[in-house]
Amino acid sequence: MTTEPEKRTGLVPRWARWTAVTSIVVFVVVPISTLVVWSFAFRWNFPNILPTEWGLRAWSYTASDSSRVLEGLWNSTRLALLVTGMAIVVGLPASRALGQHEFRGKSTVEWLLMMPIIVPALVATMGIHQIFIRLRLTETLFGVALVHLIPAIPYFVLVMASVFANYGTALEETARTLGANRYRVFRYVTLPAISSGLLVASMFTFLISWGQYVTTLLIGGGTFVTLPLVLFPFLSGGNNSTAAAISLVFVAPAIVVLVLTSRQLSRDSALMGGFGKL
Amino acid sequence: MTAVSLRHISRRFGDHVAVRDLNLDIESGEMVAFLGPSGCGKTTTLRMITGLIEPSSGDILFDGESVLSTPTERRGAVMVFQKHLLFPTMNVAQNVGFGLKMARVSREETAERVKEILELVDLPGLEDRKAHELSGGQQQRVALARALIVRPKVLLLDEPLANLDANLRITMRHLIRSIQKEMGITAIFVTHDQEEAVMLADRVALMFDGVLQQVGAPDEFFRTPRTTGVARFFRNGNFLRGHRRGSTIHTDVGPIEIVSTSETVEDGPSVLTVRPEEVRLVNEETDQENVVPAVVTSLIYMGSHTQLTVTIGDTPWQIQAPAAFQARNGDTVRLLLPRGHVSIVADDDTATTGSAEATLAEGSAVL
Ligand SMILES: Nc1ncnc2c1ncn2[C@@H]1O[C@H](COP(=O)(O)OP(=O)(O)OP(=O)(O)O)[C@@H](O)[C@H]1O
Ligand SMILES: [Mg+2]
Repeated sequence: MTTEPEKRTGLVPRWARWTAVTSIVVFVVVPISTLVVWSFAFRWNFPNILPTEWGLRAWSYTASDSSRVLEGLWNSTRLALLVTGMAIVVGLPASRALGQHEFRGKSTVEWLLMMPIIVPALVATMGIHQIFIRLRLTETLFGVALVHLIPAIPYFVLVMASVFANYGTALEETARTLGANRYRVFRYVTLPAISSGLLVASMFTFLISWGQYVTTLLIGGGTFVTLPLVLFPFLSGGNNSTAAAISLVFVAPAIVVLVLTSRQLSRDSALMGGFGKL
Repeated sequence: MTAVSLRHISRRFGDHVAVRDLNLDIESGEMVAFLGPSGCGKTTTLRMITGLIEPSSGDILFDGESVLSTPTERRGAVMVFQKHLLFPTMNVAQNVGFGLKMARVSREETAERVKEILELVDLPGLEDRKAHELSGGQQQRVALARALIVRPKVLLLDEPLANLDANLRITMRHLIRSIQKEMGITAIFVTHDQEEAVMLADRVALMFDGVLQQVGAPDEFFRTPRTTGVARFFRNGNFLRGHRRGSTIHTDVGPIEIVSTSETVEDGPSVLTVRPEEVRLVNEETDQENVVPAVVTSLIYMGSHTQLTVTIGDTPWQIQAPAAFQARNGDTVRLLLPRGHVSIVADDDTATTGSAEATLAEGSAVL
């Protein structure tokens, strides 16, 4: 049996484009505009389509000390940055080894890397909790960052390994023979070549840390407060407007990342090739 | 003067021996071609010379001094690969000037030398182009310029022309050859194309399965191949077994006289060979020496000549006959094996059958 080839307009089939547009509207535009409306609502009763009274109360509360939003924002930011930094330090050499070299036990390492994606990070965190108490790592920024690495590292390494695999070693070897030592090869040849991939992987890592709730709660012990921890009580009960305002603060980086990555991805088709390997 | 010495170098990857006990001296200003079928260890040898990998045993000397403890970046052995040629984020000038930047040469001098070398490789004024804005041949020349600009101790070219089309390849061969001679650079050139090796190199080093088979001037591979495998690689599959006594080899089809060589080769069982283009067809009445009968088994008209396959006794031989030659399968012809063109080869057919046959197939496709 033969099938008719798909009718295409340009590079992307029409149905795929419509699916993409529709899902962006349904899953991103609608919820976020609703949040924006809610955050400025003072009175909004059924069956009105829009609030009957508008106000900035939710936003001024969000900015106040008592809401702990600013504290959470500060903690979430430095935490996500620290996690990203650690992911780069640990993950870059690892992903390079996975992407460019063959070694014994490579498939085992790859399998182990997938574990946190399959087994919820919660399970691992429960086990680690006891050890962290003994090491006095609980309720510290560093301790929480270490735990965030568990779900973050696999994504970082998988993305970067495919970037490295695509890029190969010939250019670096050429540079070595031309008189560049290891450091300068990395600085002048490797880094420029992998930079867009590294940007994307780092942003993924940042967002994974940004969105952690249970792991932060367990290891942070409630004293180390991040945005999700601040947000949660407002979601489960309380003021809708305030919850909406905090939610907007919470999703802001994700939107920024989405825009930045999509620009990177469309500019750098080599990287898309890299994702194709995943 | 010897620029590069390879002393008993071997390289193992796990259980696999990629290069085995290789000995070679390369003179300063000389161009040596590493020739051999795929997987025979050519690239591995180059990488050992650069220091990108270490030999499992043996020593590598530049100008008489061991470089094994010198890291790649300070050896001055510059490698040009076949693919992934140029740094993609840099323009032509930055690519070519890379080695000078690493050597902390001033901007002004770098710009000056980049301009000079781009003229030498026939690409003047292309400084600002990006790698992907160049054709394959232009990229290849930029890569060559980038290597030449640092005046390498030894220039290593790993099949640099394999990706180019036939015409461009010939132009590039001439360019590489003339620049290498002009600058007096010591160079090693890797190829699996015997024609390229013969055209470009002062000396050829032929390898099979990690073992150096024969090193010498290109014509030696045609006139005096050392083994049957070497002869086969150079598209000569004509062998005849016999028993040697002095300068005569007694075969089933009669005695064959050879030019007695100064080297003392022992009497006893031996294999002789004559290249297809040196075998001559003679008529019935001749009473010359070294004439043997043969039976025609196939005849292919090739335009410039006719490729004749015959059997001598039961051994198949290839002969390059005149284009106008006519015969039918089964006809008996008489072949003259000119004394000066008969050479003795060591029989290594058992060892190299695989690679030799692959090469022969490749060879006949070109013929
Ligand atoms: N890093 C490595 N690990 C394991 N085996 C290797 C490695 N590099 C090379 N080899 C093996 O060593 C042998 C020689 O390889 P090499 O690349 O030197 O061949 P080559 O002569 O350059 O072949 P080609 O003409 O195909 O480039 C091959 O059998 C190859 O599989
Ligand atoms: Mg090779």
